[in-house]
Amino acid sequence: MNTHDIIFNGIAAFLSISIYTFLYKDNPLYKFAEHLVVGVSAGYFAVILYYNGFIPKLIEPLRQGKFEYIIPAILGIMIWTRFSRKWSWISRYSIAFYIGSGAGIAIPLYLQNYVIRQLHATMIPVGFSTWQLFSNILIVVGVLSALFYFYFSKEHTGAFGGVAKLGIWTLMIGFGAGFGLTVMGRVSLLSERVVFLRDYLAELINYIF
Amino acid sequence: MDLYDQMMNLDRRWVYLVIGLVVTITAILPFKVPLYITPEVRSVYNFIESLEPDDVLMIGVDYAPEVMAELHPMSYAITRQCFSRDIKLLLCCLHQNGPGMVEQVIAQVSKEYDKVNGEDYVYLGYKPYPGITILAMGQNFRIPFPEDYYGTTLDSLPMMKKLTNFDDIKAIINISGGSGTEYWINYANGRYNAKLAIGVTGVMTSDYYPFLQSGQIFGLIGGMKGAAEYEDLAEKGGYISREKDQLWAFKSMPIQTTTHIVVILFIVLGNVGYFMSKRKKYGKYEHP
Repeated sequence: MNTHDIIFNGIAAFLSISIYTFLYKDNPLYKFAEHLVVGVSAGYFAVILYYNGFIPKLIEPLRQGKFEYIIPAILGIMIWTRFSRKWSWISRYSIAFYIGSGAGIAIPLYLQNYVIRQLHATMIPVGFSTWQLFSNILIVVGVLSALFYFYFSKEHTGAFGGVAKLGIWTLMIGFGAGFGLTVMGRVSLLSERVVFLRDYLAELINYIF
Repeated sequence: MDLYDQMMNLDRRWVYLVIGLVVTITAILPFKVPLYITPEVRSVYNFIESLEPDDVLMIGVDYAPEVMAELHPMSYAITRQCFSRDIKLLLCCLHQNGPGMVEQVIAQVSKEYDKVNGEDYVYLGYKPYPGITILAMGQNFRIPFPEDYYGTTLDSLPMMKKLTNFDDIKAIINISGGSGTEYWINYANGRYNAKLAIGVTGVMTSDYYPFLQSGQIFGLIGGMKGAAEYEDLAEKGGYISREKDQLWAFKSMPIQTTTHIVVILFIVLGNVGYFMSKRKKYGKYEHP
């Protein structure tokens, strides 16, 4: 590791430790590191957006004489009127266009991919002869019981209540799996930082001595 | 406050301290843990194994540095496997803080395998609004990306001569740390029927299992555990090497193991405290 690496990795190590000090309590070191992350991310995003969106998607087409691009440009400028109380109503036209076109594209596809294809995936052969067929029973029972739990037009009592209770258990198992995976994800991030700090410390000792 | 109440109301800083110590000690004194390869990870690996040289695979890298611990190992292992097998790569990024992630991977791995930009791989770069970008790529890659990341027009790149849209690539592997995966499932697979596999963070993994079961994705690499499984497969296949320090996720698995044991112990401790204090307060059989 050369001097350059020692300095820049040292800054990274310092910022990592600064962020972790929040685990004890809020303090100026944490605030400094947090604000730095937010500022750098916002600045980086602004530059990336300018060079990957604004220049190729507006300036370049206009330079090439594609003047129809003025229409989205005007819609974009209209959004900025939100900063004025008097003229903010103008921005609603842009927002209406954006939401209308976005919803038009997204809703049919979301229905198809998140509802119909998922429903289709529960219409599967079931049985006890193989592990796969037994797993399919679990899927069908889990889906139906969870749907029963979310049916609120009938009191959850008797047999209906029993199925709804099974639905709660299904949901709890799902949440448990989600929690376990969340723990794994967070520990992954921590372990990477700890390994980085360990390696940096070893390199620093080598560099000094 | 008696012992059971103390068990229930343990200051969270003790939990942080114990986990911090366990992670640090395991990082300094690592050990080997056995790893079970799940079918959803194996199917991604096997799919790439089934590709012929010069086939084109697309990788959508949609993550920022904050989740690189989990996702970077996947990107490296898959890229190394592809380049080892002379599979061509088309890369793009739909996360605003991700272009540097792709460049880091492709710059390093292309050098390792002497791969040439424009011939063996093309990095399309970043474009905002993932849904619209994917829809446009489904028609023609040149609509959202007339030039690659380095400013070369796509038509002048030899690899792009035979590539128009998703029909010309074998599959897409989306490695994502956010909502980008939803767009790939909804638009690339849902609208254009592109063959899709995903690599996601641990937090996201459980959300995407239904899409595996429904067949909308053919593989799922979940979190650091998934990345470690993939590295294990890639090492056995001879694509990455322990000696060259290329198994990052695999190395972190002992830390995962010890930390999960500690978390389980804390959960058991809290629950024992809860049930015992309730029993003490209301008696053995009575409950509020």
